[in-house]
Amino acid sequence: MAEAATLPPIAEGLFELGPPPALIGGRERATGRIVFPCPADRERFEPVRLPREGRIWSWTVQRFPPKSPPYAGPVETPFRPFALGYVELPGAVIVESRLDGFAFDELKVGLPCALRLVPFAGRLTYAFGPLDEEEDPK
Amino acid sequence: MTDVAIIGAGIHRFGRTDGVSGLQQGVIAARAALADAGVAWEDIRIAFGGSAAGGNADTMVAELGLTGLPFLNVANGCATGGSALYSAANAIRAGEADLALVVGFDKHPRGSFNPEPADWGLPAWYGETGMMLTTQFFALKLRRYMETYGITPITLGRVAEKAFANGALAPHAWRREPVDLETIMMSQMVNDPLTKYMFCSPSEGAVALVLASAAKARELGATPVWVKAAVVRTRPPGSFEVFSPSLDLERGPSPTVLASRAAFEVAGIGPEDVDVAQLQDTESGAEIMHMAENGFCADGEQEAWLAEGRTRIGGTLPVNTDGGCLACGEPIGASGLRQVYENVMQLRGTAGARQVEGARVAYSHVYGAPGLSAVTILAS
Repeated sequence: MAEAATLPPIAEGLFELGPPPALIGGRERATGRIVFPCPADRERFEPVRLPREGRIWSWTVQRFPPKSPPYAGPVETPFRPFALGYVELPGAVIVESRLDGFAFDELKVGLPCALRLVPFAGRLTYAFGPLDEEEDPK
Repeated sequence: MTDVAIIGAGIHRFGRTDGVSGLQQGVIAARAALADAGVAWEDIRIAFGGSAAGGNADTMVAELGLTGLPFLNVANGCATGGSALYSAANAIRAGEADLALVVGFDKHPRGSFNPEPADWGLPAWYGETGMMLTTQFFALKLRRYMETYGITPITLGRVAEKAFANGALAPHAWRREPVDLETIMMSQMVNDPLTKYMFCSPSEGAVALVLASAAKARELGATPVWVKAAVVRTRPPGSFEVFSPSLDLERGPSPTVLASRAAFEVAGIGPEDVDVAQLQDTESGAEIMHMAENGFCADGEQEAWLAEGRTRIGGTLPVNTDGGCLACGEPIGASGLRQVYENVMQLRGTAGARQVEGARVAYSHVYGAPGLSAVTILAS
């Protein structure tokens, strides 16, 4: 992933590079409610680092090429399906994310996963993948 | 407060009609509804209409006649038709008009919808990274529901099998050939767990209705279908909606739950009193989840209901008797009124081969982005 680190992020303020990387959510100052991404209104929301590990809350596989625009990813023939889902970050929020590094047939609700940054169409985006092997699953 | 009746219903068949614009299909449906009601366009005092991609409904006056009537355009996504009906019923109840026309129509290009993030107040990266597809939302909501309540893929297949069987019996449907369960289950996976035959497609079509006050309906000697409730609701906190980069940990009910409860309260009846229901079935799983969200069964009971055929014509609660969106396709502005059209046919006893015997109370429900629902309850 050394080369990936030199790629520009797909958006500013979406994640911290780390290591370890972290998604940046927004905590609503009045209520404590957390959303992702952090809204631009900083009087209402303050940026917060979100937990790096969570569990798959729901998932699907994108089997057909999304229309472009807005899709900026590769559309080969045949199209290479990709997985995506929602990941529950404990005590924070449920975020939508691409899922990277899982075999499609191992995806299931409740599966532990961790944030990673991945190259995407010449830029760097976020995804959730299997826990690092050296780490203890929480 | 006066009662409101539907005294006319017209439809332009759903599917693909090359060479006829969405607006023209709307005009055809409007003329059919007027003829069905036995009234002239000049008698209509107010009109509400809408489409998502087919043009401005109010420009129809050029075709129908320049009578000077108020014609209000409605734009509420999938709930456009339901919102137009709600508005017309309220105009009659308020004494603003004694005869109203409601029309919904659309004509979408082939293939999935491709919304732009900025139009939805979302950052560009959300669309760029391939997470802004309506089909994904349906699959993600459904996967979570199936895991939580023990719904299996075969139940999704049974919903689609029923839809195509019913569509074959409906002259206004697009898909008019039955499709067997194995073909549905083995067809191309689109967004797991949903296969090609489990999704509806954007299409074309138009529906119009003529509404009247009770006094006007009597004066015209019409056989009315009564509007017992017409309700529209937007989303409460914690609902799971399309195009959500994040969701609150604390989950809440859907806008459908709010609309359904309110409609039953207004009508003074419960789900057990309903004889036939048309429920938003953008994909097979939507019908499953909407059975529970509208109060017809408990979460998880759908597995047994579908296996036992309880939602087939002839079952205890027939659902989507004209094949729903799966067989008719989804012209966004017209779908909600198609459900009402189908219910009017059922309550009049003129639904032909798909007639639900003895239907006296009929329910229709639409749900759409960005989190709204419309429910209509009709009675003969």
